[in-house]
Amino acid sequence: MREINVKEITEAVKNLCMDANYELGDDVMTAFRRGLETEESPAGRGVFEALIENAEIARNERIPICQDTGFAVFFVELGQDVHIVDGLLTDAINEGVRQGYSEGYLRKSICDPFTRKNTGDNTPAVININLVSGDRLKIIAAPKGGGSTNMSRVTMLKPADGIEGIKNYVVQRAIEAGSNPCPPVIIGVGIGGTLEWAPLIAKKALLRPLGTTNPDPQLAEIEGDILKRINDTGIGPQGFGGRIYAMGVHIEKFPCHIASLPLAVNICCHASRHKEIIL
Amino acid sequence: MSDIIRLTTPLSDSDVGELKAGDQVLINGIVYTARDAAHKRLIDLLDQGKELPFDISGQIIYYVGPAPARPGKVIGPAGPTTSYRMDPYAPGLMERGLKGMIGKGSRSGEVIGAMKRYRCVYFAAIGGAAALIARSIKKVDIIAYEDLGTEAIRRLEVEDFKAVVVNDIHGNDLYKDGKERYCRE
Repeated sequence: MREINVKEITEAVKNLCMDANYELGDDVMTAFRRGLETEESPAGRGVFEALIENAEIARNERIPICQDTGFAVFFVELGQDVHIVDGLLTDAINEGVRQGYSEGYLRKSICDPFTRKNTGDNTPAVININLVSGDRLKIIAAPKGGGSTNMSRVTMLKPADGIEGIKNYVVQRAIEAGSNPCPPVIIGVGIGGTLEWAPLIAKKALLRPLGTTNPDPQLAEIEGDILKRINDTGIGPQGFGGRIYAMGVHIEKFPCHIASLPLAVNICCHASRHKEIIL
Repeated sequence: MSDIIRLTTPLSDSDVGELKAGDQVLINGIVYTARDAAHKRLIDLLDQGKELPFDISGQIIYYVGPAPARPGKVIGPAGPTTSYRMDPYAPGLMERGLKGMIGKGSRSGEVIGAMKRYRCVYFAAIGGAAALIARSIKKVDIIAYEDLGTEAIRRLEVEDFKAVVVNDIHGNDLYKDGKERYCRE
C-alpha cells in the first residue's frame, strides 16, 4: 500500500488546469501546420495561420488558448494499492480546480442551471474514477468548452441502422453543427454501451493523439470514411468554406444490449486540451 | 478575396450598406460586449419600457465573455462565443439602432430577416483565437452588470480588430456561399 497525500493531488490538478489551457498539444499543432499547407481555401488557410499564432502567444505568455477555459473534466485511474491520506480524492481535485482557475487567470464558466448564478470558482469538476492495478494515481485533465459541447449529441439507433446508420448520423451531426463549434474540429464517437456509457467513451476517444487511427482496422476504415464525407461537405475551417472541417474522427466501441445501438458524438473544437500526470 | 476594409464605430447606414458577405474588415473604436445573461437583462429593460445602459445607436455588440486579465494586461483572452444563443434577443436590439454583431456560427432566419429590415451586419471573429484577438483590445471598462463577472457589459476600445462579414444586409451569407464553393457532394 502506497500513500498519496491529498495536498500532492491538489497541487498536481492546479498545474494540470493551467497547463492544459495554456499549452496546445504537439499533435494539434502538427495538424494546424498540415492544414495550412493543404487547405485549398484562402480564408481557411487564414484560419490555420491565426490558430498557430494564437497557440504560440498562449504558450509564451501563459494565457489561455481560448477564453472558454471549459468545464473541468477529469479521468482518474486509481491504483488499487494506493491509499489517499488527509482527505477525499474528489475534494482534493475540486480544490486543485479552485486554485488553478483562480491563480491561473482562467475563466469561471460554471453556473446553476436554473438561476444561472456562477459558482465563482469553476467547481464542481466532473470526475470519472476508474480503479486499476498498481500503486500509482494517473490524472488526466480534459477541460471542455461549452460551444462545441452544445453541438454534441447522443442517440439510440436501431440495431437495423447498422454501420451505415452510424456513419450517416455522425456526418449529419457535423453538417448541422456547421460553423458553431469552432471548426476545424475533432470528432469523438462512442458506439455501444448504454445511454450513459456511449458519451463517456466518445469523450475518451478525444484523448487519443490527433493523427492516429483506431488500431482495429474496421474502426479505422469507418473513421476514414466519416472524415472524408464530413470534409467533402465544404464547410471548412470556421465555416468559411474549405476542405478541412474536421482534423480527425476518433471512434471507440463497446458491446451493447441486443435491443440497442447507442451512439454518441462529442464534437471538440480545435482547442483540444488535455494534460496528464502520474503520481 | 476582397481588400481589407477599415471600419470605425459608430457605423452609419451607408457604412453597413457597403459591406458584403466575405469582406474582411478591421474594426476600430468602441465595441460593447454582451453575451447570454447580459442580453436577457437588456431585453428585460426594453420589455419594461426602460432605457438601455448605453446608447446602442450605430454600435456593435461583441458576443464574448473574456478570461480574467493577468496583471499588466487590459483583458484576458477574448474570442467570440456562439451567436445563435443571442438570436432571441438580437432583433429587439437592432430595432433600437444596433448596427453590428460579432460572434461565430450561423444565425436564425428571423435574425437574418431583421438584419435586412434594420440594416445591421453580422461579423465573425475566429472562434478559439482568443489570445490573438485580445491583442487588438486596447482599453476595457465595465459599464453595466458587474455582478455577472465575465458576462458583464464591457466597453472595449479596439484597434484593427479582425473580422469577416458573414451576413450582409443584402441577404448574402458567407457560410452558405463558402460551403457551396468547396462542396464535393
